[in-house]
Amino acid sequence: MSSLATAPAAALQGLLRARELGIVLALAALVAYTAAGNPRFLSGQSIRDILLNTAILAVMAAGQAVVVITRNIDLSVGSVLAVSAFGVATLMSANPSLPIVVALLAGLAVGAACGLLNGVLVRYGRVPALVVTLGTLYIYRGVTYSWAGGQQVNADELPPHFLRFANDSILGVPWLVLIAVVVIGGVSLMMRNYRLGREMYAMGSSPQAAELAGIRVARNTIGAFLLSGALAGLAGVLFAARFGTVDAAAGTGYELNVVAAVVVGGVAVFGGSGTVWGAGLGALLLTVIGSALAVLDINQFWQQAIVGALIVLAIGADRLVAVRIAGSLRKRDSHV
Amino acid sequence: MVRTSRKIVTAGIAALFVAGLTACGGTTKDDAATGAGNQAAASADPNAKLKEGLKIAFLPKQLNNPYSDVETSGGETAVKELKGEYKKVGPNDASASSQVSYINTLIQQQQDVIVVAANDPNAVCPSLNQARQAKIKVVTFDSDASPGCRDAFINQATTQGIGESLVKMAREQAGGAGEIAILSATPNATNQNAWIEVMKTELAKPENSKLKLVKTAYGNDDDQKSFQEAQGLLQSYPNLKVIVSPTTVGIAAASRYVSSSSYKGKVAITGLGLPNQMREYVKDGTVKKFALWNPADIGYLAAFAGAALSSGQISGAEGEKFTAGKLGEYTVGKAGEIVLGPPTEFTAENIDQFDF
Repeated sequence: MSSLATAPAAALQGLLRARELGIVLALAALVAYTAAGNPRFLSGQSIRDILLNTAILAVMAAGQAVVVITRNIDLSVGSVLAVSAFGVATLMSANPSLPIVVALLAGLAVGAACGLLNGVLVRYGRVPALVVTLGTLYIYRGVTYSWAGGQQVNADELPPHFLRFANDSILGVPWLVLIAVVVIGGVSLMMRNYRLGREMYAMGSSPQAAELAGIRVARNTIGAFLLSGALAGLAGVLFAARFGTVDAAAGTGYELNVVAAVVVGGVAVFGGSGTVWGAGLGALLLTVIGSALAVLDINQFWQQAIVGALIVLAIGADRLVAVRIAGSLRKRDSHV
Repeated sequence: MVRTSRKIVTAGIAALFVAGLTACGGTTKDDAATGAGNQAAASADPNAKLKEGLKIAFLPKQLNNPYSDVETSGGETAVKELKGEYKKVGPNDASASSQVSYINTLIQQQQDVIVVAANDPNAVCPSLNQARQAKIKVVTFDSDASPGCRDAFINQATTQGIGESLVKMAREQAGGAGEIAILSATPNATNQNAWIEVMKTELAKPENSKLKLVKTAYGNDDDQKSFQEAQGLLQSYPNLKVIVSPTTVGIAAASRYVSSSSYKGKVAITGLGLPNQMREYVKDGTVKKFALWNPADIGYLAAFAGAALSSGQISGAEGEKFTAGKLGEYTVGKAGEIVLGPPTEFTAENIDQFDF
């Protein structure tokens, strides 16, 4: 019985110690301050808007977190979003009777193909992920530009059920938010409880050790990029449904928001630590900052500076934690 | 275009790709067989008749750009009305020097008028001056060449005209009084700021004294950011009546947001937008009215200006008048500038007549 009683307490303690606590506190403080200034910030419509705004970023952040945990980075996600958004929008406008599921699957497939190419180039080309995905960022964007040829898909060309999908809810929860929660939850579970996930942490902590330990590094690396690409593709479908206007420039610069969300969410840029749900919280925090600054009437020039300060702060906190862990490990060694 | 910088980047990158893939020059669209070329008289005679059979060639920034296709289609209509010969040539990329070889070819073909949207104000100058030495009249549209190397420039709209039109639409939709807000592109976009300045001057006038501009927000021409800024405006100003967005991205994002939120029907959206992007929101009642210059009219006016130059009706000097078919009478302004006029307003009644 006692173990049953202590389990929740231990979980709570773990939660309090978690790196994500800082984000939760920052989020709570920000929401409280903004709501004090303008109570409408906590209205149903406003909360719904914030969650919907977060959904796309959070889906991409989940994939990016996995890639960063394996000590890689995927800068091509904004361009993958564009390929998928434009492709799916074109598909849906040409075949208005297609169900939403087909659109989602098509987006996932396009994204997965892009991600697969990234993974293969990183692993077998032996080129740093930063360089490979910087290259594919331009390649995928260029392909979209040449495919779109200056055209755009407008809301009146998209089937109504596709556009409604972005606003419809099930049991009061918008579909987009539900998808984001399922993605974050699923990927978190995989990273925390499954062998594949733990192997990815190991790879990020020490690539050489992971290889020597017999971890299938090649498969896992490609898998991480595949997942990141597929989720960026999924985000593209959500983007098309939400905004209704898609041109080749869709999602330009999103990669930096995604990386920022992941870093602010407590995932170490050198891999091996952090959580996927932390990245989701990071996405939520960045979105709330954007919405709060608009409501608080703060000069928007400050917004970017604040996001930048948060990133620096997150990395600083990260470093602090690392130093303390190293210190406590040393202490423990001295006892032995 | 309103989203100039983004469109140019779009066009530029697309063009790079196309050029890389095809590795060959442009395309020629020839409509009629050759005819005798007429040359214009040197000085202006307001009573001269417009000549028939004029060879009028259009050289847009690049081919296969939907916006310039609409512009040149207006030119084609005008040339038909003038009983002239229409021709359209152009490069596949919008780089600075890509139009030069096309101008040289048009000179050899002894066109009467070249209507060109200059990709670079200076790069095309030597060729255009060669054309003018060969008694070809040069009219620029969309983007001007240096005033020294063309006879007339068709300006789609003046800053003043756009600012006035935006305030007029805001006043109509606010019912004459109430709070309004502006959703602009970036805080340092030159054209946006010029329009907003004119709007502020207009709002200071007595007839607009009951309109209150509460905030200018910036959506950075990004869908997500424009969404968030529109949400912020609606939350911060519960009595807001109208959001004026003089950018195509901003107005589409604000409309999409309002159409799917509880604010629909309470807040009006207006501004500058593309009919194709806005059709959905006009039809579902979110947007009652918005405006933009009609690109087809730009090409139409350019063709008539070219014909008037070539027929000797005008020489490009300030104060000369000519009639441009269905658009009515125009007066040449300073430095050969001809202003198209106030922007076209789009409503549920007329939006289906436009496809751009």
